[in-house]
Amino acid sequence: MSEERVGVYVCHCGTNIAKTIDVQDVATWAARQPHVTVARDYKFMCSSLGQEMVEQDITEHGLTRVVVAACSPHMHEKTFQGACERAGLNRFMFEMANIRELNSWTTRDRESATQKAKSMVRGAVERVIHHRPLEMLPVPINPNTLIVGGGIAGITAALDIANAGYHVYLVEREPSIGGHMAQVDKTFPTLDCSACILTPRMVDVGQHPNITLLSYSELEQVDGHVGNFTVRVRKKARFINEALCTGCGDCIEKCPGKALDETFEVGLGYRKAVYKPFPQAVPKYPVIDPESCIFFQRGKCKACEVVCPTHAIDFNQKDEYLQLTVGNIILATGYDLFDARKIPQYGYGRLANVFTSMEFERMVNAAGPTDGQIVLRDGITPPKSVGIIHCVGSRDKHYHEYCSRVCCMYSLKFAHLIHERLPDTEVYNFYIDIRASGKRYEEFYHRVLEEGTHFIRGRVAEVTDAARMPGEEGKLIIQVEDTLIGKQRRIPVDMVILSVGVQSRHDSQEVAQLFGMGCDFNGYFIERHPKLDPVLTMSDGVFIAGACQGPMAIPETVAQAGSAASQVISLISQGTLMMEPIRARINADKCSGCRICNNLCPYYAITFHEDRKVSEVITAMCQGCGACVSACPSSAITGAHFTTEQVMSQIEGILWDVRETIPLMARS
Amino acid sequence: MKYSYYPGCSLERQASAYHQSTMAVARPLNIDLVELEDWNCCGAIEYIAVDLLPAYALISRNLALAANQNGPGNHQLVAPCSACYLNLSKADKYMSDSPELAEKVNIALAAGGLSYTPGTIRTRHLLDVIVNDVGLDAIKERVTNPLYNLRVAPYYGCVVVRPGFNNQFDDTEYPTSMDRLLRTLGAKVIDFPLKSHCCGGHMTQISQGVALELIRRLLKNASDYQADVIVTLCPMCQLNLDAYQDSVNKHFGTDYTIPILYFTQLIGLALGLPATELGFGKEFVDARPALARIGSQPDMTDTAGLRRDKKALPMPRMTGEV
Repeated sequence: MSEERVGVYVCHCGTNIAKTIDVQDVATWAARQPHVTVARDYKFMCSSLGQEMVEQDITEHGLTRVVVAACSPHMHEKTFQGACERAGLNRFMFEMANIRELNSWTTRDRESATQKAKSMVRGAVERVIHHRPLEMLPVPINPNTLIVGGGIAGITAALDIANAGYHVYLVEREPSIGGHMAQVDKTFPTLDCSACILTPRMVDVGQHPNITLLSYSELEQVDGHVGNFTVRVRKKARFINEALCTGCGDCIEKCPGKALDETFEVGLGYRKAVYKPFPQAVPKYPVIDPESCIFFQRGKCKACEVVCPTHAIDFNQKDEYLQLTVGNIILATGYDLFDARKIPQYGYGRLANVFTSMEFERMVNAAGPTDGQIVLRDGITPPKSVGIIHCVGSRDKHYHEYCSRVCCMYSLKFAHLIHERLPDTEVYNFYIDIRASGKRYEEFYHRVLEEGTHFIRGRVAEVTDAARMPGEEGKLIIQVEDTLIGKQRRIPVDMVILSVGVQSRHDSQEVAQLFGMGCDFNGYFIERHPKLDPVLTMSDGVFIAGACQGPMAIPETVAQAGSAASQVISLISQGTLMMEPIRARINADKCSGCRICNNLCPYYAITFHEDRKVSEVITAMCQGCGACVSACPSSAITGAHFTTEQVMSQIEGILWDVRETIPLMARS
Repeated sequence: MKYSYYPGCSLERQASAYHQSTMAVARPLNIDLVELEDWNCCGAIEYIAVDLLPAYALISRNLALAANQNGPGNHQLVAPCSACYLNLSKADKYMSDSPELAEKVNIALAAGGLSYTPGTIRTRHLLDVIVNDVGLDAIKERVTNPLYNLRVAPYYGCVVVRPGFNNQFDDTEYPTSMDRLLRTLGAKVIDFPLKSHCCGGHMTQISQGVALELIRRLLKNASDYQADVIVTLCPMCQLNLDAYQDSVNKHFGTDYTIPILYFTQLIGLALGLPATELGFGKEFVDARPALARIGSQPDMTDTAGLRRDKKALPMPRMTGEV
């Protein structure tokens, strides 16, 4: 090893590192360490000047290895590998010491941070001298894409990719695509009819030759890696033969079974046992719900079978399992709404005339349960006064600390719609702050102000029907501290609308697990970088779009979906992808054929050769996790770039200042 | 199930009906309440406002006694009075959070030859024990005289659900434990909107006008909902609503006659225990006319209000609750 010449570069990262770590001291110290030929500190190593410095040193000093002590390798490993390569050094003869996220950002103790930085640098140096040149692995990219979720995000991404000429599988859990946007009446601030702008795109999806629409289907399993995923989809039994059904709706008309529609109509309306969530549903085929179907429950009826002109009803249909191979996946799984029952003092579920925002959205929709009439729970009386309570479940440390970002605007929209339909009705908005920070949002707020909506600033304490004063009898009383006048107020109204916040899908954790990626504390999928890579995830080839990443309104959702689609298209158009060659390899001479690794591999990347009684890693499927390497009792498996020698040397380097020699595991 | 029992001063005198009925129902519900020997005042509401350290020392003496009398291990101390429950929980919690406070309190306790390690004793409210340890199923099995047709307003008061500590057992703003318990006993439980509002507390002594208004609201609301009785779990609430009902009527020109009972008294009735063992007759507002409404059969004609018009929109489905 004595001929190895290592260059060490310590980055200030402005003050991010230099504030806490004495970078000059680390560089001066590093220069005196074994194998180190040159060591420098520099304000921004990632700048082009910083990179040129590395390239120049490689040429002038004949460096054979490079260590950069800076930020996380997630940020700039590729940057410096590129610099090495430009100067003629194999990109794997490089090692990064993360002295920012793992050091300077975690403490204010300058002395120990500097000491730790030295240890990390020494570990990186000891490791890098054992690095071996490796070549990137070309992987062909399957041009098909899977999109999970058929809301506006999934629809947009599917159309963008399909229009570029690539095939898309769009998987949707519900019987129809459309998502929450299909439930909404008008969109803010333009007051476009939501269905009118959405349904043309739904139709496009349904008819597009490049889109395979798998509605009423759920994702069960995901294997593989970027460029080559295998997914298993369960197509739930519709009990309707899609090949025969014309979508005429005769079965729905004649069905005597009725059930509360708790999904699309959020419990405010009913549907038949055979149903389409809404008239413009895509695909047009209905679904039979066995829970409410009289035939499934009592063994008699089959009215639908009798009336179906094309004999498309099939009570014996079973769930179907499909195996799809795709190169990329976009998750557009959307959001759930906060459950207003969790705040019992607001009376939802107890007090009849307390509604959630989605209930109101359905009520005000001409296709909804009241044909667009704004009425109390009795179904007939229009309210003379309505209180709209903002931030229900949002901006509240008991529930969600974050702002749901859409509630202010939809609440203003409700106020406008009430004024429009019931001009004599008083509308009160109870808000904490009005957040109207989008294009033409503030203008809309002013419009609603001018229409005469009352705005009361303060978080509502409770909604009660306990009358205390004359004028309160028979009303819902909203008790609130008006923080602008510093007084408690009681506002009697006929109807209360709870503007519930947005929360992550109830099963987002499980979905994240399926894809080997992470959720934040609130259950939203974690993007690769919140500013610069909002639609990428830490799993290559898995993208996120829309409200599964965090609360957002339609315009941002559509923008994200487009961004995710263009990322996918650019990957597909490359044809092949260069993958890091960090893979496991089994030394056949050392393999005892015990097969412990076979079942351990989470990616099913190890096969066993019966004839020779040895195991072998399928390089294309291996993800380089290292599970087999550590489990092999014969030490027959090596992880490229993570050899025992490399890891052990790094540990010894980190422990350079420990006085006593710690007996480490014997080197293989 | 064995518990240390801390009756508190109210249950010795003014709330003796609470004590008597608690003792009466404990046996059939298999709750073994062993009264703490030599217990002292919990400091009530006032002492904490006067001087914190002596107040905590005073409260903690009871915790130390409970730990002492039960030997090693973790034990539970049951308090039927909301104020006692709050003070005992609070002292324990604050000492757990602040080792300095615990040290000072222990210096005080040492003068009496006692010591206390925070977290040793778990303080429980009697309602919590009955609903969650005994359980509604077990109670249901023992109900012999269901309280059919008695319309009850479950009144929790401000303190019992708001310690915000680890042993909080119900929703802070809209508790339902007692609602479920009373329903198990066969009573008609009204959805009492003011169930966790203030009863006036010691305002009756400081500013009677304020207290009377607070009491009036509760009586009016219960009366608006046609409650036959208001059921309490706190001696302070019971006293204010019962003893000051007459003053409210005089002050506001109203004529409320709503008896204020302890939940343990109603449990006793439903279990078929004689009224004389349950402390009845000690209340200011006579409970007998209300209790006479208890029927042998549930009144089925009283569902008129529940029938819904065909045009009416469905109500949201509630989870868990019937």
